[in-house]
Amino acid sequence: MSYKGLPEVVTTRKRSFWESAYFVEIFKGLVVTGRHVLKNLRHTDEMPTIQYPDQKRDYGPRFRGRHRLTQRDDGSPKCVACQMCSTVCPADCIEIEAAEHPNPAIEKFPETFTIDLLRCVYCGLCEEACPCDAIRMDTGIYEIAADTREAFIVDKEFLLNNDKDGTL
Amino acid sequence: MLPVILEALLKIIFFFILIMGFVVVLIWGERKGSAFIQDRTGPNRASIGGIRLAGLVHPVADVFKLLFKEDVAPSQRHPFLYAFAPWLGMVVAMTTYTVIPFGDFLQIGDKVYPMVVADLEIGMLFVLAISSLATYGIALGGWASNSKYTFLGSMRATAQMVSYEITMGLALMGLFLVFGSLRLTDIVGGQGELIWGWLPKWGVVVQPLGFLLFMGAIYAETNRTPFDMSERDSEIVAGYHTEYSSMKFALFFMAEYAHMVVAAALIATLYFGGYQIPWLPRPVLEGHAGPILTGLLVAGGLCSIWIGTLYFRRARREKGWYNDAREREPGVLGTAAVVGGLVMLGSLLLQPWNIGAGGGSIFVSLIQTGAFIGKLVFFAWLFIWVRWTVPSFRYDQVMHLGWKIMLPAGLVNLVVTALWLAAVHR
Repeated sequence: MSYKGLPEVVTTRKRSFWESAYFVEIFKGLVVTGRHVLKNLRHTDEMPTIQYPDQKRDYGPRFRGRHRLTQRDDGSPKCVACQMCSTVCPADCIEIEAAEHPNPAIEKFPETFTIDLLRCVYCGLCEEACPCDAIRMDTGIYEIAADTREAFIVDKEFLLNNDKDGTL
Repeated sequence: MLPVILEALLKIIFFFILIMGFVVVLIWGERKGSAFIQDRTGPNRASIGGIRLAGLVHPVADVFKLLFKEDVAPSQRHPFLYAFAPWLGMVVAMTTYTVIPFGDFLQIGDKVYPMVVADLEIGMLFVLAISSLATYGIALGGWASNSKYTFLGSMRATAQMVSYEITMGLALMGLFLVFGSLRLTDIVGGQGELIWGWLPKWGVVVQPLGFLLFMGAIYAETNRTPFDMSERDSEIVAGYHTEYSSMKFALFFMAEYAHMVVAAALIATLYFGGYQIPWLPRPVLEGHAGPILTGLLVAGGLCSIWIGTLYFRRARREKGWYNDAREREPGVLGTAAVVGGLVMLGSLLLQPWNIGAGGGSIFVSLIQTGAFIGKLVFFAWLFIWVRWTVPSFRYDQVMHLGWKIMLPAGLVNLVVTALWLAAVHR
């Protein structure tokens, strides 16, 4: 079987005597790696490594980090419990229980608003689906760690004040 | 009788500390060297009170980790051989050092101590015999684990040993013909001479092909890349020590590095003049011991103070980087370097240029041991350097190289050397 444009027989270049004697080629390789060692010894600070817990990578403003719920002026959530985000969520990680809002101008508000951070895939669709800019992923927090699985299921109070620390 | 035992014991302790120290440093060198070759920073986290020493504390952390780890062992193992194999590897690596000279003699008062544990007449034969036993450690370990991967690893190690031991013997025979002795002290002594009055008669000069063959064979013997058949992790997991954990694994691991130190010491001893410093034989050094010692002290002191100032500059630059104990490190190291430099310069008050004949002799012995250790360090680094440069051979390539290229080349080298020597000495 042959494919169009490909040679039927793969030919390898014949090695010259010095190439097949190994030692010269190994020496050339040693020169290359030795140059790297010397360069890195002289300019240790210029290595591309990011010393992670001490230094952190700068992400752009559009980076999708952990979610937060935006607030009205009085501190209550902007969310109107329309279920758009929980409907669009591909990981099915948002759960909202709606309740009637005392203010007749606002129809509903979320009684509970929980996000399972372990299920979330950080796709940002909830952000896009939200009609009143209530959920955002602009905290820039990506170090999400906890000791128990239960701690990753975060509630409304947490999400309303969710722009401070990485640990849950 | 007692002083003899005491003397041997002191030398053994010296070598033991040397090897174990080198094992630690080489593990560090392997990590840091590989990191620098691949443009990474390597280990730099573990610290004792903020002192990290560029990652040198990591092997210490490793030792404690391995000591306290659970010893997981396969249930269908051969109980005795499983425990015996790592021990054998380590003991063999340690035993080989007994015949390697690390200086010619140490004269204290009227007493002259040869700087070798056992000056055997069959020296190199002993090394070959003992170092071949190391393969038993690998083969038994692989077999006793009762696992297919470990078994494959040990089979490969055995086949490789059989193939390359012959080349190694042939390469060495040429050297024995040139120096006319199996005793390592004689071989090193012979390398102190000069050919045509300027070229040091090192093994690598009189036996260049033999040196290349020996290098290849000893890389195969120590199971280092490009000959890491027995622990090729992309093919057979971790090879012969797949089923080992905890301190038994650590013994295998340390034995590999101890073998590297033996190999480096052998290369330095056989082909690079051992403790000999080229163009500076012992009488010359002894004649100028005072000026050399003074010069070394001044140079060492100034270098040390310069390094100390570099550290202080780093301390200023890194202020506020970490906000923890690590910030102390450059300051502490800088102070240590400056104090060391001042001590070296201060010792000039003791008039080191009037060292005298007895002191000069001891000083020269130390210098020669230093030269030996320097060569050892270089060849140990070469092992690491080659490992992170060269991809390993395929199994059939290893066999092809061993039997069809290196073995005939070794035979040719031996015959040519013999004919040449016969022609010269006729």
